[in-house]
Amino acid sequence: MSHRNRLPVIQDAPGEAVGAGTSRRDFLRNAAAGAVLAAVAGCKPEAVVEELQRRHLSELSPERLQSMLGKLEKKWSAKYGKEVTVSAKGPMPGVNFAYGLDLSRCIGCRRCVYACVKENNQSRKNPQIQWIRVLQMDKEHGVALQHATPYYDPEKVPEAGHFYMPVQCQQCRHPPCTKVCPVKATWKEPDGIVVIDYDWCIGCRCCTAACPYGARKFNWAEPNLPAAEMNPVTDYLGNRPRPMGVVEKCTFCLQRTRSGRYPACVEICPVGARKFGNLLDPESEIRQVMDRKRVFVFKEELATEPQFYFFYAT
Amino acid sequence: MKFPSWRALLPLAAALLAAPLAASAEDIQAQPPPFTEGIFPCSQCHDKAGDPAPRQLAFHDEIQGGFKHGAPDRWCLECHDNGKRDFLHLINGKKVPFTESYQLCGQCHGDKYRDWKVGVHGKRIGMWNGKKTYFLCVNCHNPHNPRFKALKPEPPPIPPQEQGR
Repeated sequence: MSHRNRLPVIQDAPGEAVGAGTSRRDFLRNAAAGAVLAAVAGCKPEAVVEELQRRHLSELSPERLQSMLGKLEKKWSAKYGKEVTVSAKGPMPGVNFAYGLDLSRCIGCRRCVYACVKENNQSRKNPQIQWIRVLQMDKEHGVALQHATPYYDPEKVPEAGHFYMPVQCQQCRHPPCTKVCPVKATWKEPDGIVVIDYDWCIGCRCCTAACPYGARKFNWAEPNLPAAEMNPVTDYLGNRPRPMGVVEKCTFCLQRTRSGRYPACVEICPVGARKFGNLLDPESEIRQVMDRKRVFVFKEELATEPQFYFFYAT
Repeated sequence: MKFPSWRALLPLAAALLAAPLAASAEDIQAQPPPFTEGIFPCSQCHDKAGDPAPRQLAFHDEIQGGFKHGAPDRWCLECHDNGKRDFLHLINGKKVPFTESYQLCGQCHGDKYRDWKVGVHGKRIGMWNGKKTYFLCVNCHNPHNPRFKALKPEPPPIPPQEQGR
């Protein structure tokens, strides 16, 4: 199991010194940077070199990571006209997150969808990106996707004869999406959250195709995030602004949950259908749900083993 | 003169009522009960016990008219205390402040009460690993008409074909 959580780390020379005892890898990287530099006149040379020399997140030294986050903070503070913070908190030890959703309570009001968009800085329209999709299903057929639609729009919900099933990233224990990523831009963290490094993503969308839940969304155009609505409290692997051409998805609001807060969708839900907590803590709400109610996971037959549980409290 | 002074004291009264709650063994920190503005404390009008016979009321008729919680077998004094007007009472006669109304609800809805106490029923906000704000039963369910009301949904997603894809 543990090998699934770790990325292969290519060891650097001590101190990450480029130049001193230059390896073949470093030499090639620098040569490539130089070639691009020659081609890109007018750009800040150091910035271009640095971007091209960037390593995978798991290989970055703490100092390098801090300086990278600092630069992003500066860039976005200027762009959005407010003080933007970019953390890279990392998982809390002894925590494995899980989510519970009470299908007997959900009324399909979509408050969660829009709270999520607001919290996580999704593109508002063109492209419209929403990490939560609420499916309306027939009571007659049960959980059956051939009888589901996300486009219901009545005057009032819930409608008679229907129930509602919000679907977002299921944070699988065996995520098909991370397996197919050709560049290791997405991986599962020890606290259970499947994350994406938007700067490492090459936009091939293999993960989007691999996900059986339709949880991954692609920025087909430059995201449209109005400065006034931008949430300035961000995390590098969470809700920071994304560029065009990368994939994004629900991260259990890691910028909130890794500081102990509830996800935004939990706090907005007017019927209290959404439960969240630490699977390793027997007193947590999610464990209470699992102890008292019968839970199921979506598309169990695929053996993705989601950390997202549906249940019927009544 | 009497009325405005009571209204001014309302937040204080709510805070005083909430104080013993936060310190109770269960450590339940709840949102204040959703009173109609100016209605609490009840003793500002009801200074002594009234006629306990069920009847059509002239005042509070909007509550009585919309009452849908075990009607017609119950009326006000099944839950509200006739002697101490600012309290509710349990079936055994124990007085319960409005901030602990969940005790009253739990008399009949024991399964929901058990679930609510551990966070399976109801809603909590704040920290998943620390301080939380709990909601009382009455913050979501109108005690006189508890069925959850239908809501207008937020707009549906834009289908891909309408986004030029």
